[in-house]
Amino acid sequence: MQTSRRDFFKVAAVGGVAATIFGFDLKPAYAQLKELKIARAAETRSTCPYCAVGCGVLIYTIGDKAKNVTPQVIHVEGDPDHPTNRGTLCPKGSSLEQDMLNPRRLTKPQVRRPGATDWQDISWDQALDEIARWTKKTRDATFVEKDAKGLPANRCEGISFIGGCTDTNEFNYLVVKAMRSLGLVYLENQARV
Amino acid sequence: MTNGWVDIKNTDMMLIMGGNPAENHPCGFKWAMEAKRNRNAKIISVDPRFTRTSSTADLFVQIRAGTDIAFLGGLIRYAIENNRYAKEYLINYTNAAFIVKEGFKLPEDGLYSGFDSAAGTYDKTTWNYQEGEDLSGKTDAPASAAHAAPSAAAAPAPPPALPPNVAYDLTLQHPRCVFQLMKQQYSRYTPETVERITGIPKEQYLKAIDMFTSVRKDGDMKQVATIIYAVGWTQHTFGTQIIRTAAMIQLLLGNVGRAGGGVNALRGHSNIQGATDMAGLFDSMPGYLKVPTPTDADLASFLKRTTPTSSKPSPWGSWNYYSNTPAFFVSLLKALYGDAATKENGFGFDYLPRVDRDYSWTHIWEDMYNGKVKGMMAFGMNGVMIGPDTNKNINALKKADWLVVGEIYQDETSEFWRAPGITADEQKTINTTVYRLPCAGFAEKDGSMTNSARWVTWKYAAVPPPGQARLDQDIVAQIFLRVRDLYKKEGGKFPDPILNVSWAYADSAHPSLSQVAMELNGKALADLKDDKTGQVVVKAGQQLPGFALLKDDGTTMCGNWIYSGCWTEAGSQIQRRGTEDPSGMGVFPNWSWSWPANRRVLYNRASCNLDGKPWDPERKQVWWNEAAGKWAGNDVPDFKADSHPKDHLGPFIMNPEGVGRLFAPIGVLAEGPFPEHYEPIESPTKNLLHPEQSNNPLVKKFKSPYDKFGDPAEYTIVCTTYRLTEQYHYWTKNNPMNVQLIPEPFVEIPVELAEEKGIRGRDMIHVISARGKYTAKAFVTRRLRPMMIDGRKVYQIGLPIHQGYRGIQEDAERDARTPANLLTPAVTDPNAHTPESKGFLVKVEKA
Repeated sequence: MQTSRRDFFKVAAVGGVAATIFGFDLKPAYAQLKELKIARAAETRSTCPYCAVGCGVLIYTIGDKAKNVTPQVIHVEGDPDHPTNRGTLCPKGSSLEQDMLNPRRLTKPQVRRPGATDWQDISWDQALDEIARWTKKTRDATFVEKDAKGLPANRCEGISFIGGCTDTNEFNYLVVKAMRSLGLVYLENQARV
Repeated sequence: MTNGWVDIKNTDMMLIMGGNPAENHPCGFKWAMEAKRNRNAKIISVDPRFTRTSSTADLFVQIRAGTDIAFLGGLIRYAIENNRYAKEYLINYTNAAFIVKEGFKLPEDGLYSGFDSAAGTYDKTTWNYQEGEDLSGKTDAPASAAHAAPSAAAAPAPPPALPPNVAYDLTLQHPRCVFQLMKQQYSRYTPETVERITGIPKEQYLKAIDMFTSVRKDGDMKQVATIIYAVGWTQHTFGTQIIRTAAMIQLLLGNVGRAGGGVNALRGHSNIQGATDMAGLFDSMPGYLKVPTPTDADLASFLKRTTPTSSKPSPWGSWNYYSNTPAFFVSLLKALYGDAATKENGFGFDYLPRVDRDYSWTHIWEDMYNGKVKGMMAFGMNGVMIGPDTNKNINALKKADWLVVGEIYQDETSEFWRAPGITADEQKTINTTVYRLPCAGFAEKDGSMTNSARWVTWKYAAVPPPGQARLDQDIVAQIFLRVRDLYKKEGGKFPDPILNVSWAYADSAHPSLSQVAMELNGKALADLKDDKTGQVVVKAGQQLPGFALLKDDGTTMCGNWIYSGCWTEAGSQIQRRGTEDPSGMGVFPNWSWSWPANRRVLYNRASCNLDGKPWDPERKQVWWNEAAGKWAGNDVPDFKADSHPKDHLGPFIMNPEGVGRLFAPIGVLAEGPFPEHYEPIESPTKNLLHPEQSNNPLVKKFKSPYDKFGDPAEYTIVCTTYRLTEQYHYWTKNNPMNVQLIPEPFVEIPVELAEEKGIRGRDMIHVISARGKYTAKAFVTRRLRPMMIDGRKVYQIGLPIHQGYRGIQEDAERDARTPANLLTPAVTDPNAHTPESKGFLVKVEKA
């Protein structure tokens, strides 16, 4: 049987408590407390969303993933098993918990109407309906079936899709699938810039 | 990266240039420090600014932004002059011995042969190899009849193609062999010239290139050097050519394919690599396949145009792996259109939009400004901030009919209509409808991301999105399905691709990403049989084991051929967590999965000599096993498994030549087969090699009122932009901790410039380009020294890109509210279409 790094630390921590039971070294006790804090948490393996080192991140949540319980993030740390980052995180990775529990997060769809000076709330249903309508209207108005030489073009030149840099491979693929099917050619990504 | 993060620990020498990994990739940079500590490896840091990477370096060299090709070209010259190159590697694994067509001219005047100055384009006919046989030792080979001057009455020539049999000279003496041409090309890049262009004192320059090439002292092949770069190289109007120069150096020194070697792009975002692989870009299809153009009559002619045929010396072999393009592309069409892709309709080829011009990033904004692009969807992409030319992008958005922004925070793009300077009265005149949709953060989504080392790693969702926020993939799916419903009900322009696209996910409005990952891997649509034995190897419906089984007859489907193998019948490979590293070289073969085929170092056949024995027996990656009759290794051989070394099959299996390209023939690059130094579009000096052709001749400038360029007499200072360790683009300015660490923007300026202008540290200053004005505090520093460029003093300044007009500090109005990209020009590299954000001209004023 192989002992993982973390198992080793666990054994070391317990051993440490026994060894200093008559002393005043509080370090192992603090380690034990930390262990207890996340002991009842669920551990989720994730990847840092920032640079392309792709550091392994462990997200600890309480709330046992039962249907009626919303999990709560209580701790985030680097994944010690990850071959690249070996448990370390940089100042950005270290603040990931604040990114997850951030009061500034957008939580509802909004629309800014022509000429308006502020946002107004809109339901998902209405927002998606309106966006679909805009998409069809613009596509039908700007679709180029044949180019100037009469050759097939089959492209929609009135709509652009620009994609981000922390989206998953699968999301990117779905975008390409959907947007190429709509005929989009102004299809670009952070990867360009 | 040809190699990987952990692999850097295997190196002996690092040239880190156009990148600052100590600050921007800190947790990956530890492996550079490992190499330094354990192998006594050296770091050479070349940067306009003394960075934290520079502080760990054995040698720091300050360079003028945008003069990297001059630096690297001089390095090639030095390596050749001093015999510091890998001769056996060079002759056998590169096109050094290939003979180039007569009529090919080097750019002594800044232009290669074939330039049409009226059209601003090249006729690349002469940028090709000469057809022929072994010319070794025959330096006075007569020109073949085919190259006689063409008669005026001749029929229009077919588009140039590579000859199947290339003339070659293994003695490398023929005056038109690639090696001699390359030697001639860089003979002009003397240390004296390099000093005048780059501002690096000759003695220091010689020290740097001597140190780097020392790995090949006396032709010894044991040591290995790596070149590491980031957007400091890509964000130029000649960025692709800088990177090519690096690749040429690594081929010349025999460093590609080897542990601790390679050309290593440090990508700036967690899944930029994956986004490129998946082709969220106008000019490619998933897996780097080509896009159809209007002139492709049908699938067959498209495949004929885009499938390369091998081009090599006749006794050599070339696997030419892209000869499988038809299998990759037809399998992609089957993934895109499912049952609607039939042999009869060319597998739905006509459903794809055709592309025959540049639709890249800067064109989107130009064409939106000109009223052509009327709607935009931006998901996790803050286009106003990323620029270039923020003002232009804001003014383009004012003209759009609609904008959809999917984000997790308020961003500058969704709030463009109330950017600083836009009054409430003006807002009333802006008619753009803007939808802002709350998306999911990284911890709320599962799916895979691909790091710089091509490791494809799955992540799991930890928490649900807050409030009404939805998963990004659900939003895109729901928009698409509603558009599809409208076309079903109402009809419209060319609805066929919309109605026929395969969207067969278990829950179409909430596509499961594991199902999508399985589609990327691909599956058999009919029983697949072994060609030789006739046995069924994969049953219909089963996941494919890898791309080798892809077919061009519609019996396989695969969303992205390079990802084939990521989710097989054995399960998800991208969720593996094996921590073992049997070779100790940082391969970690069972940790997640890397494309292609779980190979960790690309082109690793080149880590061995011609006989198949590793150049360095202590860093064995792959080797030829004579007894077994195949290649074996600590890594997956990036090679035909049973190809005997005697067959002389080239290690660069993705090139039709089978070898690495010192000379990039015909259509590969826009502005020439060898990189040439051109000045940035805005530069303090004329090009000292050829003042008449200062810039890249293929760069085009837009004509909008925002596309203004600074006169070097007025704008005398070279400006560059960069990131800080504590902030991530335009995102972490919403996190209190990062804002506490870096609460406000600043401008780093040299002490001498500060004294000249009477500026003290913390004074507010304006940085002004021809396009915009950026305001922040001065940070007076010795990290940027004045440089002598051709006998004239030139200042360089630098500024971080993070702050804008939305964020914790910005919203509290405690911060300068100007984005850095107000300053940058919308001119791009003609190959990669990346804007020139590094090395533009500004002036500085006290605020």
